[in-house]
Amino acid sequence: MLFIAVALLAPWLAPFDPAANDWTSIRQAPSAVHWLGTDDVGRDVLSRLLFGARASLYAGVISVVIAFCIGVPLGLLSGYYGGILELVISRIVEAVLACPFLILAIAFAAFLGPSLDNAMIAIGIAASPIFARLTRGQVLAIKTEDYIEGARAVGASDLRIICYYILPNVITPLLVQATLTIATAIIAESSLSFLGLGQQPPAPSWGSMLDTAKNFIVQAPWMALFPGIGIFVVVFGFNILGDGLRDALDPREAR
Amino acid sequence: MLGFIVRRLLIALPTLFLITLMVFSLQLLLPGDPALALAGEERDPAVIEAIREQYHLNDPIPVQYAHWLIAALHGDLGISLRNREPVTSLIVDKLPVTLELAILAMLIALVIGIAAGLVSAIKKGSRWDFGANVVALSGISVPNFWLGIMLILLISVRWGWLPASGYTSPLDSLAQNLEMMIMPAVVLGTAIAGVMMRHTRSAMISAIHADYVRTARAKGLSERVVMLKHALRNALVPVVTMGTLQFGELLSGAVLTEQVFTIPGFGKLIVDAVFNRDYAVVQGVVLFTGTVYILMNLLADLLYYLLNPRLRA
Repeated sequence: MLFIAVALLAPWLAPFDPAANDWTSIRQAPSAVHWLGTDDVGRDVLSRLLFGARASLYAGVISVVIAFCIGVPLGLLSGYYGGILELVISRIVEAVLACPFLILAIAFAAFLGPSLDNAMIAIGIAASPIFARLTRGQVLAIKTEDYIEGARAVGASDLRIICYYILPNVITPLLVQATLTIATAIIAESSLSFLGLGQQPPAPSWGSMLDTAKNFIVQAPWMALFPGIGIFVVVFGFNILGDGLRDALDPREAR
Repeated sequence: MLGFIVRRLLIALPTLFLITLMVFSLQLLLPGDPALALAGEERDPAVIEAIREQYHLNDPIPVQYAHWLIAALHGDLGISLRNREPVTSLIVDKLPVTLELAILAMLIALVIGIAAGLVSAIKKGSRWDFGANVVALSGISVPNFWLGIMLILLISVRWGWLPASGYTSPLDSLAQNLEMMIMPAVVLGTAIAGVMMRHTRSAMISAIHADYVRTARAKGLSERVVMLKHALRNALVPVVTMGTLQFGELLSGAVLTEQVFTIPGFGKLIVDAVFNRDYAVVQGVVLFTGTVYILMNLLADLLYYLLNPRLRA
């Protein structure tokens, strides 16, 4: 909640313009004026950190929305209809899953071009098989339930059964997965930005801040310290939230 | 056994085919004329036409794919625009470096992960369990490139214990090689250790409550023997197969780790290729990692089959 609040209120919380260079205060250590110090071109690290939270939140949420919108319909279709459709979709899902997440995201970002939007698309595509596979498994588990048979018996169309009877019953584990995937997506976005394939300068992002900071770790370690702590705390928070939700909603996992 | 392997290979083939289709399709994402994109800085019309010929860009897309696939099946993944070397030999050159890093990281992850998972499961609900869970979740949540930067700052810059970057082949000097690889391996192994700890804990908790463990206790065996010989041995079956599957994650993580520690491996190859717009190398690396993952999947199934007597019965 704090992370979301910080990300949304960044323009009001940030003490300085995150993109404004100040050549008179290059690489200044944390002080009363610049609480978290300044970077290699005199920009306030705290302000960049606050605005960087926006990029991380934006990337995390949008990537998961993309993954959800691609993966869930594929999982619903393959689980519900089965047969050739299931076979084809399952093989596609396996093929995408076979490529390591970050390498696939790097490849997509390379071919689409480096930008935060393309990084989100790349992460979203790379993460979609997880949702497809999870949805399919859930659909297979419930599609033979009596209430689905009942809906079919009263003449409900396939679309209606999928949207009104199946989707609401499979949504809970998908939301848990979405929470955990936000954590993965935030790390992936910062990784891509760290490699120069995500948020482009001078716009701040925690990953790109670390990319710059690695060149000044001796002269200005604070440049690297705070963005990393930011990523860690937020990802840790989303992982705890996801684990907690899973434990609460699936007692078998709570062991 | 042979039948099992053949069956698994037959299942893997369609997936492999789809990976080749996906990797080939990546070049369709290139904006504008792909020949211009593939030419990089080069603007000589003759060179661009040669690229068009080389990649069969004047042919329909299915024909282009067929040419690309036949070449890939012969081990020809194209020529790097940057180095003018075959992509396959670039990958083969860089692979041992990343493989060494991945194996060291996996060893660290297995030792830490299994030990922590074991303690956590035996002392379930205790402070040890809570502490191990927090450490595991921290390992999963920490961005490994940041951990690398922080370790360089502390261990190399402040204390001067280990070199901050670079690579020496183990054939030149094994001691120097280990000195340079230990920090990157710890960084890369951290997240996997967290995952392994969680799997070990979960598998051990299941094993502890199994009938055969109760029987072993009833026979009067010491708790140490019950845990290590009966519970852990069985709990390790899913853990070992899980470890095999984590190898793909190690290749992913190696991209960032190699970047931070300037290790000239496979990960650095793809990052450099991205910035040099060396698309054939990017495609080659993705195809290669996908294939490796499928092989590791196959290996995991095989291990599971070998370690689980019930499947062999």
